[in-house]
Amino acid sequence: MAARTLTINGTLISARSNETVLEAAREAGISIPTLCHLDGLSEVGACRLCLVEIAGSPKLQPACHTTVTEGMEVQTDTPRLKAHRRAIVELLFAERNHICAVCVASGHCELQQLAVEVGMSHVRYEYLSPDCSVDISHARFGIDHNRCVLCTRCVRACDEVEGVHTWDIAGRGTNARLITDLNVPWGEATSCTSCGKCLLACPTGAIFSRGSTVAELERDASRIATIVAARNERW
Amino acid sequence: MATASPREVPTDQANDKRLKILEATMKRHQYRADALIEVLHKAQELYGHLTEDRLLAIAHSLHLPPSRVYGVATFYHFFSLTPQGEHSCTVCLGTACYVKGAMELLAALEAESGLRAGSTSADRKLSLLTARCLGACGIAPAVIVDGNVTGHADPEVMRARVRALLDEE
Amino acid sequence: MMEFQDLQIMAEQERTRRKAIRIHCCTSSGCQASGALELFHQLQAAVEAAGQNERVDIIGVGCMGFCGQGPMVSVEADGVLFEHVRPEQAPEIIASLDGGPCNVKQGDHAHPFFARQMHIVRRNGGVIDPERIEEYIAVGGYQALYHVLHEMSPAEVIDAITRSGLRGRGGAGYPTGLKWATVAKSPGERKFVICNGDEGDPGAFMDRSILESDPHLILEGMSIAAYAVGADQGYLYVRGEYPLAIARLQKAIAQARKHDLLGSQIFDTSFNFRVDIRVGAGAFVCGEETALIASIEGRRGQPRPRPPYPAEHGLWGYPTLINNVETFGNIAPIITNGADWYAGIGTERSKGTKVFALTGKVRNTGLIEVPMGMTIREIVEELGGGTPDGTPVKGVQTGGPSGGCIPEALFDTPVDYESLAEVGSIMGSGGMVVMDATTNMVEIARFYMEFCMDESCGKCIPCRTGTVQMYRLLSKISAGQATAADLATLEQLCHLLRETSLCGLGQSAPNPVQSTLRYFREEYERLLRKRVTINLTSR
Repeated sequence: MAARTLTINGTLISARSNETVLEAAREAGISIPTLCHLDGLSEVGACRLCLVEIAGSPKLQPACHTTVTEGMEVQTDTPRLKAHRRAIVELLFAERNHICAVCVASGHCELQQLAVEVGMSHVRYEYLSPDCSVDISHARFGIDHNRCVLCTRCVRACDEVEGVHTWDIAGRGTNARLITDLNVPWGEATSCTSCGKCLLACPTGAIFSRGSTVAELERDASRIATIVAARNERW
Repeated sequence: MATASPREVPTDQANDKRLKILEATMKRHQYRADALIEVLHKAQELYGHLTEDRLLAIAHSLHLPPSRVYGVATFYHFFSLTPQGEHSCTVCLGTACYVKGAMELLAALEAESGLRAGSTSADRKLSLLTARCLGACGIAPAVIVDGNVTGHADPEVMRARVRALLDEE
Repeated sequence: MMEFQDLQIMAEQERTRRKAIRIHCCTSSGCQASGALELFHQLQAAVEAAGQNERVDIIGVGCMGFCGQGPMVSVEADGVLFEHVRPEQAPEIIASLDGGPCNVKQGDHAHPFFARQMHIVRRNGGVIDPERIEEYIAVGGYQALYHVLHEMSPAEVIDAITRSGLRGRGGAGYPTGLKWATVAKSPGERKFVICNGDEGDPGAFMDRSILESDPHLILEGMSIAAYAVGADQGYLYVRGEYPLAIARLQKAIAQARKHDLLGSQIFDTSFNFRVDIRVGAGAFVCGEETALIASIEGRRGQPRPRPPYPAEHGLWGYPTLINNVETFGNIAPIITNGADWYAGIGTERSKGTKVFALTGKVRNTGLIEVPMGMTIREIVEELGGGTPDGTPVKGVQTGGPSGGCIPEALFDTPVDYESLAEVGSIMGSGGMVVMDATTNMVEIARFYMEFCMDESCGKCIPCRTGTVQMYRLLSKISAGQATAADLATLEQLCHLLRETSLCGLGQSAPNPVQSTLRYFREEYERLLRKRVTINLTSR
């Protein structure tokens, strides 16, 4: 695999030719915020948090979906990008009912970490406060739609890693909702193998294991990548 | 083909016939996954709306996960998972119609029918719907009643038509 | 097997079987809604009753353009045009052929609405019966395809399209020849050609009218494109809201297949091409090319990041050419008349003609096709005839929910891609909605934002939730409850959506807000001040 040389925030780094800007940056120790990206899953480029500036391109590009090129000049942390990221995180907090104080994932939540990272002190937007349900019909897991950010990491983990596709999204726009099978309660979704990969993939407290209480839910999302690597390399 | 006259066909047989048509549609598309939207169009045309049983059967036939079929059926506005009224009245809310007073027209019809846009009367007589531009902008504002487009629609005339549909025996 | 001679024989037979007088009756959606089908039958009955069967033919034709004056009837040869014809007036029209008295309202071909137009894409609209392939062949149809297959290499076809200067008529104006060249050069076992007929912009009906009036023109354009890029399968993606267009296309495809103009070894060459229709199911976002591809694949119509572009990685991962209806409508005329002819029409950077749907508060509503570079003023005031009641025109909205409002002061702007972008709007697909002094611009912005909110697919965060926030802010402003801070937040969201949304829907959703803020800011501020007044008096 040929190597490519590029600069990120002025630092010269080298990368493999098939790598994305996100991969190259992370290898070089440069952090770019992400939400819908999860190592081991396909990229959807949906959260728009990893947008970066690339010299010569008038449009911002998602680092997760942009392949490195020779001589590429990338900026990941300009005031413009910072402002956009903060606004996006605020929009997410305003969209559903994210109350960290009563959340199982508090302290282990990617959305919460993002808010800290982007320096969110308050939310400028109107809270939409939608009416969202909690489904605890499954014997081991539950889903609280109030905390779902529609990143589709669970959908992809279930489809691409477990090979089942129990999850999908119904509806569209801000009315979109995560569903299992034909929009049945999770416990009645016959395709579900109860493997728990969706739980591993979920960045927030939306998918949780039953019985965990406030701030108790610790998960290791990198296990998805480990499973995929194990499968591909036939350990 | 059938010996009995159409109006005497019992419900199961009518059902059976529709199933056969749906099956033929899927067969014509070789049960390919990418035919899902075409199949949903046909199912809705045959049954008026998409029931969960029907969606599940389609999922099985096309070898698709049920959640994906449900996701597609709810993404597109054409598909309805609830029964529609015997008659339908669709007010176009495209830009040209909007500028020519479509909102006032809709308000008049909502008042006349007591229905909110997008809903069906309790007796299933009428569905009052809205559309995102029918492409009949030259004759705005436009309203479709049971598939027939009326151009330059007048609120009072349309009120009377809606009333007639609701009062129909 | 169809040969060139067969085309000529068919054309000749069609011409000789024609009767002395052809009366055209528009049977497009617009006129059908005004009772054109009943009129069509009455005209036939009147011919029968007058014993004129040998001499007069009643032809159901496609759109004549002047939809606001429908139903329209025209008499070929002597060029008499009747407007607002009622079915009971049919005998009068037939009697008038022999000089009988006729009180039916007559139109005037010298009227600027007709006289200032230039028909390339719509040349057969209102002239041929779209349901008979013979009529299309009689006016020279499919000869361009024959010429291309027998006398041009794919590279020469692409070169001709490039030299013509044709740019995509779907909105962005990407050079068509360049797009074709990219698809042709992209390696792939298979390639596809897609015609984007998902005309979702409210206030636009150019594509509907073209598909209803001249379906074979589009099939021929797609076939030529398929030959040029090396595709063997095409898809015509049409909105479900257009049942008549779908029915006529189905008929056209069946006829073309029957005459071996679609299928295998077309015109006795190795070129094979098959076209299937895919019916849209009510999602505006499917006009975006990657969402449209997802929809053809039977999935939720959600876009994906570009690059890779469909030209390299499209339908099922294969190189795919996507052009809109009007773009394909220009192809056969360019081949027939030559690239230089086409490049001689229009402006320096925008060549050819553009079809617009002229609607709203304007006297003459309907479809017009004009050379690029005509000014908005000429279109609205001369062709459109100004507002019906003389109320001053305030502005015109072009490009639908992705476009902007252009104020009357800028009406001398010529319609071409660059000039419209400069004044903060876009060419878009060709909707042109005229607004008069009574139109509330904040309400218009709110109307479009509601549209974008409802049509957002929900995939990317800025569009999914940003449009909701913007709609709420606009509603708040409209209700006189907003502060200057709310307006600032609205403007900041405009900036966010433009720069960070995944696809064109979200990126251009701020356009109607930003353009109305640019030209009609006082309308917003007047509503803000109201809040201050209330506060002061209640104190």
